Amino acid sequence: MTVDDGNSTPPVAQGTATRDLERYAALFAARTGSMKSSAMRDLMAITERPEVISLAGGLPDVSHLPPAMLDAITTSVSTHAVRALQYGPTEGMAKVHEAIQVVMAEEGTLVDSGELLVTTGGQQAIDLVCKTLVDPGDIVLAEGPTYPGAVPTFQAYQADVRQLQMDDDGLDIDLLEQTLDELAAEGKRPKFLYTIPTFQNPAGVTMSLERRKRLVKLAAERELLVVEDSPYSLLRFEGESLPTLRTLDGGNFVIYLGTFSKILAAGLRIGWVAAPRAIRQKMNIGKAGSDLCSSSISQVVVEACIADLDLWRTYLDELRERYQGRRDAMLDSLEHAMPEGSRWTRPRGGLFLWVTLPEQIDTTNLLARALRANVAFVPGRGAYTDGRGGDSMRLNYSGVDEAEIREGVRRIGAVVTEQLELYGEMVGEPLVRQERRRGPRETPPLDAGTPGSLVQFPQRRVNR
Amino acid sequence: MRVAVLSGGPSFERQVSIAGAENIVHGLTELGHKAISIDVGRDLIERLTDARVDAAIIVMHGVVGEDGAVQAVLESLGIPHQTPSAMACRRCWDKAITKGLLSDAGIAVPDGVVFDRQPFTSLGAARTLAPVVERLGLPLVVKPARSGSALGVNRAADGSALANAMVGAFSYDDSVIVERFVAGREFGISVIDGEALPAVEILPQDGPEAYDFEARYSIGLVQYECPANLTAEESALLSETAVAAAEALGVNGITRVDLILTPEGVPTVLELNNVPGMTDTSLLPMAAGAAGLSRAQIVAKMLPRG
Repeated sequence: MTVDDGNSTPPVAQGTATRDLERYAALFAARTGSMKSSAMRDLMAITERPEVISLAGGLPDVSHLPPAMLDAITTSVSTHAVRALQYGPTEGMAKVHEAIQVVMAEEGTLVDSGELLVTTGGQQAIDLVCKTLVDPGDIVLAEGPTYPGAVPTFQAYQADVRQLQMDDDGLDIDLLEQTLDELAAEGKRPKFLYTIPTFQNPAGVTMSLERRKRLVKLAAERELLVVEDSPYSLLRFEGESLPTLRTLDGGNFVIYLGTFSKILAAGLRIGWVAAPRAIRQKMNIGKAGSDLCSSSISQVVVEACIADLDLWRTYLDELRERYQGRRDAMLDSLEHAMPEGSRWTRPRGGLFLWVTLPEQIDTTNLLARALRANVAFVPGRGAYTDGRGGDSMRLNYSGVDEAEIREGVRRIGAVVTEQLELYGEMVGEPLVRQERRRGPRETPPLDAGTPGSLVQFPQRRVNR
Repeated sequence: MRVAVLSGGPSFERQVSIAGAENIVHGLTELGHKAISIDVGRDLIERLTDARVDAAIIVMHGVVGEDGAVQAVLESLGIPHQTPSAMACRRCWDKAITKGLLSDAGIAVPDGVVFDRQPFTSLGAARTLAPVVERLGLPLVVKPARSGSALGVNRAADGSALANAMVGAFSYDDSVIVERFVAGREFGISVIDGEALPAVEILPQDGPEAYDFEARYSIGLVQYECPANLTAEESALLSETAVAAAEALGVNGITRVDLILTPEGVPTVLELNNVPGMTDTSLLPMAAGAAGLSRAQIVAKMLPRG
């Protein structure tokens, strides 16, 4: 850090700051215009503080991997050290393809190795789909709300994203058909439909079997590519599992995206694509340009973990049980904590649910207030590209334990109620506090929020 | 010299702080000083003591960094820092107090009212909103009294938007300022040791409403002109006003005065920022550049003399 004298430092021209700014601004690609800093992103940065109960992240719980699996990982990495530490094929290791085939077969989907491409997490799969298919201005259809992490990817490729409403049975296929008709009338054809049919992120809803069949039929009729993102389908707590779109379609118009993040470990960063061969081939070239291959050591770990199928299945069972308990805790505390006029989805699996509040509430501002009460969520606007979602939020129940979920939801309910009261006073319609739907409970008053308490130094460490 | 660069911390502007601190560290290195980066947290005192620093540069915006809190800690430890005193920081951090003191000193500020959250629910203060709208006129600007970087700042074009804007602003602070929207050209004038640097004009691409958080920290969304296109008289008037505002609030060292020059030629002061942004898109580095000051020379001005 210390520099002895001026000689070792490049000369600094006068007016450097101004010129730096102009120089860089002129060099940025036009597409970076859509890559903005955002208040939300900066607010989210403080959700990392240990005293904040974060219901914001999409973190799977990886703290309970079975010791036998951890042993298998270390043994395998040392046995296959050379392969683990060397570059691998761009499309992924053959044994990982086998593991993927096994995992997909768990939900009844059979694919050929020739359709598979191992990616660096499911996120790279989304990026490669766009890299392969999207030109600036191309129309991409997506659910509204959609996965917040896909939004910046779509924007980076300058897609014209059109979001279609969902209900408890998932994407509204009538609306999709109508949208396709309207676009066709304008002479436009969408590049693809991006959907998370099972335990959708962020909404937590699942597309019904009837709609799945209709969607696949429509896709074939209109030659519409459907990108089926399926990170959560093996995390079902209730109900019968449904066939994937890929299974129903047989691999003609469906590009399937999978990941080991939620069913093994997110830190491995191993996901995959199962796509029609012609598309897979282009994506493979695109991937080579991005990172040559996904981490070899991570692929060796995946191999080792899936090799003992029974162990992995037992682990998945435990994961499902734990998440189900957390989901139940969240649903129960929402029932107690949220004011009249709020509603939320009831996912039968996965990691998230979606809360919609009375329309007077703006959840981006609410997040600032919630952070003062040391609790965080994802504001709904992040799941839309068109400014919708201001009255909604995504809550995650996989990342923290039941006690924290209850406390976190209680705090959110208290700030929502506080804002509704304030709004009511201002418009001359004071909010009458509703009788709670269930028995008595303690509601300690929220911290009054003096300037000193706007944000506090860490007081206790949350276990995560 | 061993210099602590304090950044990060708990505020909403944490990311902005970290980006600016990198520039300061580079500047210190260029000057041959030892920079000790500290992400401010519970261990601040230990880290300052262990590092045996001679001085500190605060690059933390908002809570703790700009409200006088970290200044008070440094002053207690006898460590010199570049920002105004803890007391002066408090006066500038609360825009309601700033407004009052500037107004008392005969400096123009936007006409406005300050509301605390409590009276709305306990005294029925909401009934005063209609007369406020009548007196101030529309559109109105609503902002938290204590927050930075346009977080929670909203324009209300009508009475119903006002309620939403106020609930939004109250998310960030328990005191909210409702003031008349002042039309005109917006400038940031950096003042170092009682002398004004060239004015930077802020020209958002999508009109004056667009100078929000996103625009402030994304290169290319806002255009800046520096030195600004001003007559010599206008330029002198802005500089005088900025220096007078700093004086009225007892602010020494480095500050940035944000103001509007109305079509009638009245410089109207919005606020003072005692920890001006130091990122590549921030106004102070730009003004210093226009004045022919290098990054290292600005950083040199942040260190104790003698």
